[in-house]
Amino acid sequence: MAYDIYQENILDHYENPRNFGHILNCTAKAHDTNPLCGDMFDFEVAVSEGRIQDVRFNGKGCAISTASASMLTEKIKNMTVEEAMKIEREDITEMLGVELSHVRIKCAMLPLKVMKLALIECKK
Amino acid sequence: MYNVDKIREDFPILKRKVHGRQLVYLDNAASTQKPIQVIDAWTNYYKEHNSNVHRGVHALSQEASLMHEEAHVKVGKFVGAKNPMEETVFVRNATEAANIVAYGWGMHELKAGDEVLSTVMEHHANIVPWQFLKDRGVKINFVDIDSEGNLNIEDMKEKLTKKTRLVTCVHASNVLGTINDAKEIGKIAHDNGSLFMLDGSQSVPHMQVDVKKLGCDFMIFSGHKMLAPMGTGALYAKKEILQKMHPFLGGGDMIHEVTLEKSTWNDLPWKFEAGTPDVGGSVAFSAAIDYLNKLGMDNVRKHEKEITKYAIDKLSGIGGMNIFGPKNEEKRSGLVAFNVGELHPHDVAGILDSAYSVAIRSGQHCAHPLSARLGQTSTNRASFYVYNTKQEIDILIEGILKVKEILGK
Repeated sequence: MAYDIYQENILDHYENPRNFGHILNCTAKAHDTNPLCGDMFDFEVAVSEGRIQDVRFNGKGCAISTASASMLTEKIKNMTVEEAMKIEREDITEMLGVELSHVRIKCAMLPLKVMKLALIECKK
Repeated sequence: MYNVDKIREDFPILKRKVHGRQLVYLDNAASTQKPIQVIDAWTNYYKEHNSNVHRGVHALSQEASLMHEEAHVKVGKFVGAKNPMEETVFVRNATEAANIVAYGWGMHELKAGDEVLSTVMEHHANIVPWQFLKDRGVKINFVDIDSEGNLNIEDMKEKLTKKTRLVTCVHASNVLGTINDAKEIGKIAHDNGSLFMLDGSQSVPHMQVDVKKLGCDFMIFSGHKMLAPMGTGALYAKKEILQKMHPFLGGGDMIHEVTLEKSTWNDLPWKFEAGTPDVGGSVAFSAAIDYLNKLGMDNVRKHEKEITKYAIDKLSGIGGMNIFGPKNEEKRSGLVAFNVGELHPHDVAGILDSAYSVAIRSGQHCAHPLSARLGQTSTNRASFYVYNTKQEIDILIEGILKVKEILGK
């Protein structure tokens, strides 16, 4: 049956999200929501010398958005801010490894949007 | 005799396969499917009669004008209007109807210090247009609900003041399913000297609604939620109110005389229908009313009550389900909102769609304040109509059990 998007790795990140929580002394943080479904995420980053030393997220979302947030935190840790800002939609679908419908891609993209908002805050 | 199988034959889309399976369409509170009679009425209009209305003296224009006018009468009569044509303004949807009231009546009649009393169980259509009036110093108050999702009438009475110019509420909630006692609320409003507006978007398609019996000064509803095409809907308002009310949009067809200095307004309801109207939509809206009249609204209500009761009983049998709204099907319309434990509605609805071809709504249902009041980020909603069957509910239930298995919670 067609519920291919709920792959083992996605369910794993959904049930045990990595880097979930807060950073004591974060450099910047950001918050955003998806008004369609009420999903909301916060991203906190610790940046020093242009490099992401630590990143945490918290909030509430569906399996896809939660897995996307969780995988994204793993992906960007130790990246430079410049590198992380270059992450695009294609990178997110590749990271998740599943084909997402027009509507569900919005779920997957919310964490990236919030992460970038936080990184923009750092630059200010 | 109400024959669901026969009714289903009239809806071409219900034969469609989605993801290789038979479509189970349970998102009727968002928009219903259209019977072939409505689709044919629309295409027939464009094949045979298409022309602009109220402008030409030629045959086609006269035919189109007559069809457009007859559609107003039919829709007006369907909701019990005393003057069916004059009191029925065609709009794109209930949201537009609410805006006509807010702009045409609210922006001209209400002054600083006046109050509008709405409720926390409203669709955004009955909240946001009133917020526009805040710039004028108009205060908006909201009646609360009780723990079961019924409107708290005592709270309404407490929040009603001498400054309350309008009481407005939904007839049937699009999330809770709660059917409000419109007649009682109308009386409370009128005893206070306030006008009464009803959002009939989730009641007019599903049960007999009579604006005279309920005491409505305004009622808004959408055609696309009752078998008619998208882009159709109506504002009902009492003739004497519409006569005094300022038009919303200005331009073609809504005027009587125009000089470079000023204009006078056309007769009702045209005063509120500026520009070329959606005549194809009007004609198809009329065909939808014919279809519902043939079924009989009491039969429609009876059928939906049966399906709703069946759905609630079955859903309640699944462990960890959170079902919203009144438990008694007599007090609720044909929909049920629920959450499967802590599972996110997008995951639930996503799997129901991809694995079972069941279409339900997931999200906040254009009622963010109600979501917040219920303490829910979002909910699932299955909503029923004339063509839904108990077998379809069984597929929904099978799907939910599968969701629980896949997401393991």
